[in-house]
Amino acid sequence: MGSPRLRLLVVALLGLVLALTLSLPWLKTPVLLALSNGLAVLGVIVLIRAGQVSFGHAMFACLAGYGVTFMARAWHLDALLLVALGTAGAALFGALIGVFMVRYRGIFFGMLNLAFSMVLFSMLGKFGGLTGGTDGLRFDRPTIGFVHLEREGFETALLFLALALAVLAGLAVQRYFTSVNGQALAAIKTNETRLEYLGISAKRVFWGGYVLSAAMCGLGGSLFALAQGLVTPEMGYWVRSGEVVFIAILGGAGHAVGAFIGAFVFEFVKLYAAALLTGAWQLALGLVLIVMVFVAPTGIFGLMETHLRAKAAPR
Amino acid sequence: MDASLIALALMDGVSYAALLFLVALGLTLIFGVMRILNIAHGSLYAWGGYFAATLGLAITRFALPGWLALPALFVAAIVIGGLLGTVLEWALLRRILDKDPILQLLVTFAAFMVLEDLQRMIWGVQPVFVSDVVNQLGTISVAGVTYTRYQLLVLPLVAIAAFFGLRWFLGRTALGRQVTAVTHNREVATAMGVNTNRVTWLTIALGGALGALGGALASPTTSFTPGIGADMMVLSFAVVATAGLGQIGGAALAALMIGLARSFAVYLLPEVEVLMPYLIMVGVLLIRPEGLFSTVAARRI
Repeated sequence: MGSPRLRLLVVALLGLVLALTLSLPWLKTPVLLALSNGLAVLGVIVLIRAGQVSFGHAMFACLAGYGVTFMARAWHLDALLLVALGTAGAALFGALIGVFMVRYRGIFFGMLNLAFSMVLFSMLGKFGGLTGGTDGLRFDRPTIGFVHLEREGFETALLFLALALAVLAGLAVQRYFTSVNGQALAAIKTNETRLEYLGISAKRVFWGGYVLSAAMCGLGGSLFALAQGLVTPEMGYWVRSGEVVFIAILGGAGHAVGAFIGAFVFEFVKLYAAALLTGAWQLALGLVLIVMVFVAPTGIFGLMETHLRAKAAPR
Repeated sequence: MDASLIALALMDGVSYAALLFLVALGLTLIFGVMRILNIAHGSLYAWGGYFAATLGLAITRFALPGWLALPALFVAAIVIGGLLGTVLEWALLRRILDKDPILQLLVTFAAFMVLEDLQRMIWGVQPVFVSDVVNQLGTISVAGVTYTRYQLLVLPLVAIAAFFGLRWFLGRTALGRQVTAVTHNREVATAMGVNTNRVTWLTIALGGALGALGGALASPTTSFTPGIGADMMVLSFAVVATAGLGQIGGAALAALMIGLARSFAVYLLPEVEVLMPYLIMVGVLLIRPEGLFSTVAARRI
């Protein structure tokens, strides 16, 4: 993984997060939400690597969230198992929907994902008997690692779990980018026809990327549901998908670290600014997104990366 | 399902398809000229509807003559389309022509988010609904079904007029031919002396006005709430994608297909009503990934 400076940055960030949450316990929830958001953003970054954006990826987080809730309500499974099953469920849906999606690029890809997510959203609202309608569903706090914990302890345990999973997922995605499949995925952006001429099926490669991105969103969604103890259809609303794409651009889509930097900046700006900007939150997001596209299309990480490189070069 | 129910579903479908067609027409026109899918188009629909309702309320409040209600819908569309279209084109679309397609999508998506919030600030979250026009025009009985004249006659007529008007404009007028030229190849058109900036601006204002007209005409029969823009955006995209991006004639047929399918679903299978447009779109795209009427594009190696 990258240069020593980058490794140092990651360790420093991890240390900062741990120190902050252990010294200021009220930060646990926002940090948890930022981590679960960051995981979903990681999924979107995989797609951006292929030159595609999806305006409906919140649906996978939402599917995983509802999966976790149904299983928690019906079978009272352990939190670790719930996360694993929720993620697997999202990956399975990703694999199915992906078979259809990999045929499309650009506008079609983005909008078809949006269409699927809007269908899911309206179904969740419609079948109220099963899904609790727009109010959503609650579930009791499950055990974590087969230990019953109070709210405080559960949150801490979940936080450590999320942190570990975030690091693992980030490493896995970066490893994937350097693998043959990951390189081929990037080639979909630059020149798909040439990729086909090399004898590599662009569709199969893209399908792999799509399933990975769905799994990442599912992982984020499962953690989000556990952190809240509640799921609502809002989890899959197009605004959420837009936020995820927004964070990816804000943080920088070039590297897994960008996803989490973006997610933390987003969560904490939201924490303080949402109160000031009630009713104008989307407006602010939209304006910042436009500015980012024009001024810094590589995101916060992109700005840092040039810095990391420039310092390392003279040696 | 008896005859009168079929007639009712047909009329529902046609009037709905007319609205859908107007919005999709605007979307596909802008795409044709700029090669950018304007996601903010859904907001133009919503703004057109809200502004038309505002004008309708103003007519009642200031006791203006009632016949103004129908022209007011068109005025609302032109004002909103011209205003928002110009702002969008000047502030954003003109500046992103040479950007990565992802970034283009993101910019129009961001514009959509901004417009959605502005709309909520201006018109609030309460449903807005002004149906004076429909009441004025009265009802008509066809095949044993009583239906409003507004939905059965006005909406399809406007849609047909827009379709033929646009075809005439693009095919027979000098300015329209310039638009067509830019659609085919921007660079060559510029080299031939076409003022592409002016053509682009005009197209976006026109396309925007069509989207806003869809909203304005929908406002007497639909209650406008926040989020309606997103629904319409995805629906009109479904129409445009089913037809093939940039296909005007195809959009009419696709709108009719989706409109009818949806209205029949309302009576036969109400659970899948919201799914109908997507099922059609997915079905068509499975067989023809570029849409029903798309032309083959050259591969770039």
